[in-house]
Amino acid sequence: MFRRKLNNLEAGNSLGADAWRRLRANRAAVAGGVFVLGLAAACILLPPLLGLSYSEQNLALGATPPSVEHWLGTDIHGRDLFARILYGGRISLMVGAVASLVALVIGVSYGAISGYAGGRLDRAMMRVVDIIYALPFTIFVILMMVFLKDPMDRLDAWLRGFDWLSGLQGAGRILGLFAAIGAVEWLTMARIVRGQVLSIKKLDYIDAARVLGYGPMRIIFRHIVPNLLGPVIVFTTLTIPSVILLESFLSFLGLGVDAPLSSWGTLIKEGAEKMEDAPWLLIGPGSIFALTLLSLNFLGDGLRDALDVRSGKH
Amino acid sequence: MFRFIARRLLETIPVLLIILTATFFMIRLVPGGPFTTERAVSPEVLKNLNAYYGLDRPLGEQYARYLWNLCPKTFAPWRLFEGDGLDLKAAFGIDLGYSTKYTNRTINEIVAAKLPVSLELGGWALLVALGVGLPLGVLAAARRNTWLDHTASSFAMLGICVPTFVMGPLLVLVFAITLRWLPSSGWYFPSDRVLPAVTLGLVYAAYIARLTRGGLLDVLSQDYIRTARAKGASELRVVFGHALRGGLLPVVSFLGPAIAGVISGSFVIETIFQIPGLGRQFVESAFNRDQPLVLGTVLLYAVLIIGLNLLVDIVQVWLNPRLKFE
Repeated sequence: MFRRKLNNLEAGNSLGADAWRRLRANRAAVAGGVFVLGLAAACILLPPLLGLSYSEQNLALGATPPSVEHWLGTDIHGRDLFARILYGGRISLMVGAVASLVALVIGVSYGAISGYAGGRLDRAMMRVVDIIYALPFTIFVILMMVFLKDPMDRLDAWLRGFDWLSGLQGAGRILGLFAAIGAVEWLTMARIVRGQVLSIKKLDYIDAARVLGYGPMRIIFRHIVPNLLGPVIVFTTLTIPSVILLESFLSFLGLGVDAPLSSWGTLIKEGAEKMEDAPWLLIGPGSIFALTLLSLNFLGDGLRDALDVRSGKH
Repeated sequence: MFRFIARRLLETIPVLLIILTATFFMIRLVPGGPFTTERAVSPEVLKNLNAYYGLDRPLGEQYARYLWNLCPKTFAPWRLFEGDGLDLKAAFGIDLGYSTKYTNRTINEIVAAKLPVSLELGGWALLVALGVGLPLGVLAAARRNTWLDHTASSFAMLGICVPTFVMGPLLVLVFAITLRWLPSSGWYFPSDRVLPAVTLGLVYAAYIARLTRGGLLDVLSQDYIRTARAKGASELRVVFGHALRGGLLPVVSFLGPAIAGVISGSFVIETIFQIPGLGRQFVESAFNRDQPLVLGTVLLYAVLIIGLNLLVDIVQVWLNPRLKFE
């Protein structure tokens, strides 16, 4: 019975339809969304379809500027830059999506519990957030990467022991990135969710649920969290670019993904080292990267306007 | 005002203590000590090394000793500048211990040599951020919806989406390699400061321009501005005499995050431009797992950021006294 009621509630208000209409009217947001979806599809589908390889070397060829054969040129080992950008995009976008998801789950649960509990527990939980906030995220993530390096290297060595898991090479480092980035990016989400919960929990239907004898966990996750979807979606869209940026930042410093894998950060780093002789190695990955960030930000802003959420990011 | 400052200062002590404790135990619990990465250290040598750095002691004792060495025991700020750079030991009796990588140097010496470089870089970057961002934002707000506004806004969006580690190499490519106007790396002459400071500052200039524009537009739509206009005040006087002070509030509250961002940005900038600052040192020490150096640097950053944020908060309350009670 409860489920039917919830469905009726969703069908009854046209918030979703309204928001969709407003979003479509925002040309920058639509362009951003189309670009990101197209890029993600290209990163996933194009390499197997075109038979591209990110590791195939052609040392005789060396670094060549963009040509008909290699659209974005080749690097010093003669590897096709376009293929490397697509493979790097897989890593960067995956880290962006998964680490944002980690941040989403932690942030929503933490914020909702803190806000609903109120009182001393709320104060203690928010104090923890304040303390982690006192340091810049990058310092924390660098610390976490130092902390996670050994366990993750051991996991990698263990994975290498199995032939059939060879596809997962380097997974340890990426898991470390998920954990380290997810561990800091949830903070803002927790704050936003807590603020929303504070206002929602005073509404009558929550009292009604409590009178019916439902436990706090059921009320939080079945009655309150579904009503938070707007701000949560918006903020997740805005988290993805900052996660991608953080990952590239780490990879640029050499603390992120390791060879043979490469993300956009490692490509930009390689490009920056070779830019005197081969500027296209910097300009290609750099502009794709900037375009992706721009698109995701436009999409996030558009969603915020469409859903009319006031979420102050920092 | 005094009570506000005192309360905030007292609040920072537990925060610093928790950061210190968490970092200390996190680093000590990492499997493998700082000497395991070096090649072929015999067990005897390892034992001696551990004994030398006190790493063979119980963890609790190490922690207590570290904490005691950190406590300020003297107060002589005038001695801060006696040696080369910042002498924390002479001034406050703060001892950050020994580096396990650069065995002949104390962390105090490393910090003394490298912190001033990073502070100078950060200072120039903030100057660029404010010097470019504020005028741009004011101009965009005053000439709203003209080509000037659109140009300034696209510049801001560009600055936000092109990260420092793309912008830096691009600026080097254009101004150092192609045009040969400025040096591409180093930290010796005044001209060496230009590219790093501009790279680091541009991102924040973009944010500040956006915030200034938004803040000014909010204020410009208020009644007292209309009154000023009705009384015949010139546009210049309306913007600078009446609107600017209120319009700058969001910019001041952004300065806290901006300072933290400049510090983490310095990791990348100092790597790109080969600047011998603390940021590059921090990244290197994370690489080398030079645990005492990582710990000392994180603590220093925490103190720096919390202190500067406190300063920003005080300025904010001074500009807008209503905040005191929130």
